[in-house]
Amino acid sequence: MRLLAFVSQHGYEIFQATLEHVWLVALTMLLATAIGIPLGILVVRRPWLSKAILGTANVAETIPSLALFGFLLPVPWLGNRADRVAIAALTLYALLPIIRNTATGIAGVDRAVREAARGMGMTERQILFHVELPLSLSTVIAGIRVATVLTIGIATIAAAVGTGGLGEFIFRGLAMVNNSLILAGAIPAAALALAADFGLSLLERRLRPGR
Amino acid sequence: MRRLVRRPRRMSSEPDGQPIIEFQKAGYRLPNGKVLLKEVTLAVPSGETLVLLGRSGAGKTTALRLINRLLEPSAGKVCVEGRSTLDWDPIALRRRIGYVIQESGLFPHCTVEQNVSLVPRLQRWPAERIEVRLRELLALVGLDQGEFLPRYPHELSGGQRQRVGLARALAADPPILLMDEPLGALDPLTRGDVRREFHDLQKRLRKTVVIVTHDISEALLLGSRIGLMEAGELRGVYSRKEFLNATEPLAAAYTAQLRALEGAGDRT
Repeated sequence: MRLLAFVSQHGYEIFQATLEHVWLVALTMLLATAIGIPLGILVVRRPWLSKAILGTANVAETIPSLALFGFLLPVPWLGNRADRVAIAALTLYALLPIIRNTATGIAGVDRAVREAARGMGMTERQILFHVELPLSLSTVIAGIRVATVLTIGIATIAAAVGTGGLGEFIFRGLAMVNNSLILAGAIPAAALALAADFGLSLLERRLRPGR
Repeated sequence: MRRLVRRPRRMSSEPDGQPIIEFQKAGYRLPNGKVLLKEVTLAVPSGETLVLLGRSGAGKTTALRLINRLLEPSAGKVCVEGRSTLDWDPIALRRRIGYVIQESGLFPHCTVEQNVSLVPRLQRWPAERIEVRLRELLALVGLDQGEFLPRYPHELSGGQRQRVGLARALAADPPILLMDEPLGALDPLTRGDVRREFHDLQKRLRKTVVIVTHDISEALLLGSRIGLMEAGELRGVYSRKEFLNATEPLAAAYTAQLRALEGAGDRT
């Protein structure tokens, strides 16, 4: 019940932290999508690059998040502001699922369809934009969904470098051994993750090609 | 009816009597060295329907894909309208050649209308011209346009899909049509219908058509000539009559199979 009291007292603060959190995640996802989809296309189109791209993304995924934030702090320009560090690190984490799903989606396009498109005299670019990407859209969205849920979670840790967001409450709660404070950060974060998961799964289902 | 069908345009680049498709000792080998097609020499005059007949793995599809440069010959050359396919811009070449494949290869995320109008749209035809052409094409392949234009491929039967595939291949009125087992995925009755319709259609359109099939009755009905293929080689090219009397063991095997079928039909 101390949680309820806390929420009624600090409702506005929680609301603001949630907004900060959403902002952080939204920027990250925008960046990760803008970088990840072209990289996913490259993985399919230039097989010799696929090992390098997927390997790098894989390694980034294995670095503990707290350490990654630390590594990026001394980088010029990036390290000047906490949110830059946070977004850069979060983007690195979000890339792998997006790259992988884009590549899987494109590689999974029916061979007959691709063959027909080539045979009709479509250029590689036309095939990509008119056939392959539309047909793999639901798979790409599924990757974005996984990445978003992941990012919402990891973004709480970004508070360690001072970006604000819901992680603030969690770190403060940990320091003060105050469970209501931890929950005030954790519950909205979990709710955000569930909402993002649900919303994107709806989108994913709508975009699934016929059959 | 006549107005639905475009008169074939005589191609300036192709003097009379010149074959529109020509294989000159054309071969194809996979990068790993496996030979799929050995030194095929073959000329297809304009307006002919040539059927490539053979079992799967005989190299029929390989030969077909050399014509629209989905593959490039590793030996000899393939000429279309007198020019080696390697001298053509592949995109320009493919837009002059309609291509129909088994399972039709329709785009599952596009309606019938979008599928059929794709090539004209890529060639930036004006919208009114596309609309007129769509109507012509659906009438040509015997589909009701009001009913079918807004449908998606998964809402069609196999036979309807194949008709749409044919309409799509004919959209920009290409002088050449390539068909790879176009009826392979259909049930026997639908197959018969579509086959007869195509036969009538071909008589009116007078395009140069190359069809790949393993079905002897299809070959005899549709082909003005039959090219018999086996193990990557062209064993011979026959007219219908010649084929039925051919002594080539493979041709004889096919005709024997046909006779057996007919015999069974007579008894029932």
